[in-house]
Amino acid sequence: MITIKNKKNGQGLKRAVEELSGVDISVCFQCKKCSSGCPVARLTRSRPSEIMRQLHLGAGNELLESDLVWMCASCETCSARCPMGIDVAAVIDALRKLALARGASKQKGNVPLFNRAFLKTVETFGRSYEIGMIAAYKLGTGKLMNDTEKFPAMLKKGKIALLPPRGGDRKTVRRIFKTVKQNKEAKA
Amino acid sequence: MRYAYYPGCSAESTARDMHQSTLAVARALGIDLVEPKGWTCCGATAGHQTDRLLAVSLPAANLTKVQDMKLDMLVNCAACYSRMKVANHEITSHSSIRQGVREALDRDYDGSVKVRHLLEVLLEDVGLPAITKAVKRSLNGLKVACYYGCLLVRPPKILKFDDPENPTSLDRLVTAMGGTSLEWPCKVECCGGGLSLSRTDVVVELTGSIIDMAASVGADCIAVSCPMCQVNLDLRQQDINKQTGKNYQIPIVYITQLLGLSLGISSGELGFNQLMVPASSVLEKIHERA
Ligand code: SF4
Ligand code: SF4
Ligand code: SF4
Ligand code: SF4
Repeated sequence: MITIKNKKNGQGLKRAVEELSGVDISVCFQCKKCSSGCPVARLTRSRPSEIMRQLHLGAGNELLESDLVWMCASCETCSARCPMGIDVAAVIDALRKLALARGASKQKGNVPLFNRAFLKTVETFGRSYEIGMIAAYKLGTGKLMNDTEKFPAMLKKGKIALLPPRGGDRKTVRRIFKTVKQNKEAKA
Repeated sequence: MRYAYYPGCSAESTARDMHQSTLAVARALGIDLVEPKGWTCCGATAGHQTDRLLAVSLPAANLTKVQDMKLDMLVNCAACYSRMKVANHEITSHSSIRQGVREALDRDYDGSVKVRHLLEVLLEDVGLPAITKAVKRSLNGLKVACYYGCLLVRPPKILKFDDPENPTSLDRLVTAMGGTSLEWPCKVECCGGGLSLSRTDVVVELTGSIIDMAASVGADCIAVSCPMCQVNLDLRQQDINKQTGKNYQIPIVYITQLLGLSLGISSGELGFNQLMVPASSVLEKIHERA
C-alpha cells in the first residue's frame, strides 16, 4: 500500500530527484514494467514503480528510507525496459545521493561505507586494492565479514593480490579526487 | 590489428586468469595489444554511486592516455567497458561535464576515443570464419550457457552492444569453436555483483537463481566476459549450496579461456587453475591432457 506523509517537504524531494537525475517523474504511467524486470524487487519492500508513484504523489524524506535505495544493484534493467524511456535507475541513484546528503538512517550492509573504502584505495594507489578496501570496510562495520572464510582459498588461487597495485598514474587520480571534493564544497 | 588494451584493476587480482587468457588468445590470433602507461581504475559502481564528476573523470583519465596513443581502446571487463562508454557519452552530451573533467584532469577531452569490447573485436575485426579456421581443438560436445550480465548490454542506448535482451556474441563464438550454446533465460539477468560485499544475502539469492537455471538446462559450464560476474557466480556456489542443500559445481569460465583451449593453448597458460569451481570436467570433454 502507498501512504504519503509530509506532503510539503515532498515537493522538494521530487524536484531534487528530477534535478539530479534529469528525469521528468510525471511521464510515468505506472505500467510497472520496471518492477517486473527488477531482479531485487522480489526481495524488497518497495519496488521501482512504487517509488516513481510516491515521488509523483509528493512523498518526502521518508522515501529515502526505502530499502530499494540500497538494495538496488544498478543493473539498469528498469531503465532499459521503460516504455517511456524513463531512466528509473538514475532516479534510484538520485535517491541514494540524497539519502547520504540528508542523513537518512543507515541500512543493512552499509553500501556507502563500502563505496568509500573502495574509492579510498583508488585515491591512494590509483587502482583498487582489495585487501586495503576490505580492511577499511571491516573496521568501519566493526564486524568480521562472513566472507573471510574464503580468503585462504582465494589467496592460494592468486585471486587476491597481497601487495598494493603499482604503476598507476596516481598524480592524475589524486587531482580528480581533489577537484571533486572542491566542487562539492563549493556547492555546499 | 593493434589496440590500446585497458586491463582494469581486477586483471592484477581476481581476474588474472581473464587477463592471461586475453593476452594468450590475442597473441594466437595476431591481435597486437599495447597497455596504456599509467592506466588507473575506472571507479566502477562505487564511483558511479558516489559522484557524477568522479564517475566520468576516472574513466576519462584513461581515455586521454589512449587518445595520445592514437589507437582504439580495447576492454575485456564488462564493467570497465560500460564505465568508459558512459563517460564518453556524458562528455559529448553535456558541456558542463566536459568542463568539470577539464578541471579535474587539467586537460580537455572531447569524448572521441573509440571503446571496443574484446567480443566486438573478435566478431567484427577478426571474424568468425577466421576463428573457426584457427580452431585446433573443437569444443564438440561441450554445452555452454553464455552469460552476458548487465554491464555489457545496459544502458543499450549508449553501449549499443548486440541485442540488449537476447545478445548472441558469446553464443556465436562458442558455435564457431564447435561447441553447443544453450538457450536459456538468464543471459542478461543481473547477478548483483555490485552488492557482493555489502549485501551478500541479496547476491546469494540472485546468483542462486542463475546457477539453478544453468543446471536445469544441462550446462557443462557458464561462459562469461566480466570479472565481476565470474567471481560472483564462481565464489557464491559454496554459499548457495550451504543454504539450499544443493551441490552445484558449475565451472564459470571466461570466453577467452574457452577460445584459448580451442586454439590449442594449454589450460595452465590460460589460468584455469585460478577458478574456484574446478573446470576439470570441461578440460576432459575437450580432451586436454593436463
Ligand atoms: S516502466 Fe516506466 S512508465 Fe512503467 S512504471 Fe516504470 S517508470 Fe513508470
Ligand atoms: S537498477 Fe536497481 S531498481 Fe532498476 S532494475 Fe536494477 S536493481 Fe532494480
Ligand atoms: S571495473 Fe573494476 S576492474 Fe575495471 S577498472 Fe574498474 S574497478 Fe578496476
Ligand atoms: S557482475 Fe553481475 S551485476 Fe555486475 S555486470 Fe556482471 S551481471 Fe551485472
